[in-house]
Amino acid sequence: MSKKLKGVLRQIAIQLFLLLVTAMVLFPILWVVSLALDPRDIDKPLELRLIPPGASLQSFRKVLFEPFNLLCRDPSNPATCMKFGGLLRNSLLVALGTSLLAVVLGSTAAYAFSRFRFIGRQAGMLFFIVMIMLPTTGLLAPLYVLLSQIRIGSEPLRASLFGLVVAYSSGFLPFAIWNLKGYFDTVPKELEEAALIDGASVTGTFVKIILPLSVPALAVTVLNSFMTGWTEFILAWTFLDNPSRFTLAMALRSMQGQFATPWSEFAAMSILMSLPIVILFFLLQRYIVSGLTIGGVKG
Amino acid sequence: MASVTFDHVTKAFGEVIAVNDLSLEIKDKEFLVLVGPSGCGKTTALRCLAGLEDITSGTISIGDRVVNDIAPKDRDIAMVFQSYALYPHMTVYDNMAFGLKLRKVPKAEIDQKVREAAGLLGIEALLNRKPKQLSGGQRQRVAVGRAIVRNPQVFLMDEPLSNLDAKLRVQARTEISRLHKRLETTFIYVTHDQMEAMTMGDRIAVMKDGILQQLDTPQHLYDKPANKFVAGFIGSPAMNFFDVTLVGEDGELAVDSGTFKLRVPPQYRQVLANHAGKEVVMGLRPEDIHDKEFMPPLSFSARLKANVDVTELMGNEVFVYLMSGENSFVARVDPRSRAKAGMEMECVANMENMHIFDKQTEVAIV
Repeated sequence: MSKKLKGVLRQIAIQLFLLLVTAMVLFPILWVVSLALDPRDIDKPLELRLIPPGASLQSFRKVLFEPFNLLCRDPSNPATCMKFGGLLRNSLLVALGTSLLAVVLGSTAAYAFSRFRFIGRQAGMLFFIVMIMLPTTGLLAPLYVLLSQIRIGSEPLRASLFGLVVAYSSGFLPFAIWNLKGYFDTVPKELEEAALIDGASVTGTFVKIILPLSVPALAVTVLNSFMTGWTEFILAWTFLDNPSRFTLAMALRSMQGQFATPWSEFAAMSILMSLPIVILFFLLQRYIVSGLTIGGVKG
Repeated sequence: MASVTFDHVTKAFGEVIAVNDLSLEIKDKEFLVLVGPSGCGKTTALRCLAGLEDITSGTISIGDRVVNDIAPKDRDIAMVFQSYALYPHMTVYDNMAFGLKLRKVPKAEIDQKVREAAGLLGIEALLNRKPKQLSGGQRQRVAVGRAIVRNPQVFLMDEPLSNLDAKLRVQARTEISRLHKRLETTFIYVTHDQMEAMTMGDRIAVMKDGILQQLDTPQHLYDKPANKFVAGFIGSPAMNFFDVTLVGEDGELAVDSGTFKLRVPPQYRQVLANHAGKEVVMGLRPEDIHDKEFMPPLSFSARLKANVDVTELMGNEVFVYLMSGENSFVARVDPRSRAKAGMEMECVANMENMHIFDKQTEVAIV
């Protein structure tokens, strides 16, 4: 066999393998799209067709405009049941709140760990590693107790959306701090020194020099923390009592019944839920591509 | 414009003393160069003056004001860093305007000052570019521009030319000197390059191991080095050193290396008389050793023979690397010299320019 032919066959084999991988990655997504369009409420596609017979946007309409019967303050009164809009609002509040808290606290803490020498600095960073390894659900019980102790008015903090934001942020911060610290370490100290001589304060230097230069790491922090707040439901189910504060992730979880699941609506809801993350990813994409490779910590 | 005073300034990093009891007075409008090998404390001294390092003891004053506890931004200084430290996310214009914006200078005035400085440095066309779009030389100009727009009392420059290629460095050197004359401000310039120090400084402070070795004008530093270190550091090729014994001979003094014996000129005899019989170090600069065939008229010279090891033709001169017994040394001779590797060359040393250093303390005796 000639060298050239060998090369061609090798390329074909590689391309076939990559096509297979692509198909494996795309299949579940196409499956979900197909299910969402399928009015038959089947739990798996019956044929290899992206557009199923009788395809309609019925399930999207149902998810978007009809109340969720299992998420009601008074199950006998459908008017008290949550609708998509309310859930979306709650989810956005939680996800954006988590992002904001993670970026503000994460970046300031990471800056301190990166630039200042203080007692407990190394121990602190090691402690954060342990925290990263601990699954958030492992902290469920202590967080429940702690946040129940703190009360806002007559209510425990735990039962509020802000309580959820605090819980998510506390779980996400160790990663944010490691990731941001790793990036801040790469910003030359001379830039800060130049700014200090130019007339900036330490805070001014951080805000005007360090943060703008760390956009890739900040973008990664924003996206990951947003996703944490957007998709988490175990803590939310445990902490929240009032259905009016429930989130989209909880609603999606509630659709999975013990005996029956409305798969078309479930798929439609999944697609709708993924949209904000896709949009955010596209907005941050050009920063994230470089951001994920920096910091030396898992993305 | 202001004078700068280091008064017994010490800076220690844990056990390591980077600057050791430095006392230095830099006059108003002076161009002072701090020079020395890596790790000699010159950059640390500059950073202490800038307020980027806290000093361990002593006082630093700018004008009449002690600045020990004053934040960098309030010291009225500007600094050009070795790496230039341009803000990568800002345009050249914003880099230069940054300090003025922080000081809440009116927009129109900022614009005027930035454009004026850019004009002075020939970087008007680059104002809208980001630092990454600039060449090394352009970045260096922007860094200087950022310093001059603020019109500070003192300019600090930390090896600003070390990242430029040789040709550009020579050009930038003259530009900075010109800038100093034009701005009439105190410049403190740190470098490890003795050539830069010699060509730019009104005075040069030579440092080693955190200690100031000598503070003097370039010519005086060259002609009358205070010790063996300064003598060896200033000048290229470096001064030749010979371990010799001062011996009395027929009522005269001579230096005896074991392989050659050279008479000491009469004007030094009185000073060196006390050292007769002692081992000392003799220093002779390469330009004070000539090929006998092409020697200039000298009022007091001494002859020695040495074997040629290597020759380096520079065009207008030849560096001849010679061996005489254990001593290896270099002579800067006339380009017509016929010296070739392997042959013996008869040299003439201009003994009037010789230096004698104490062998133990290395302090200059002559």
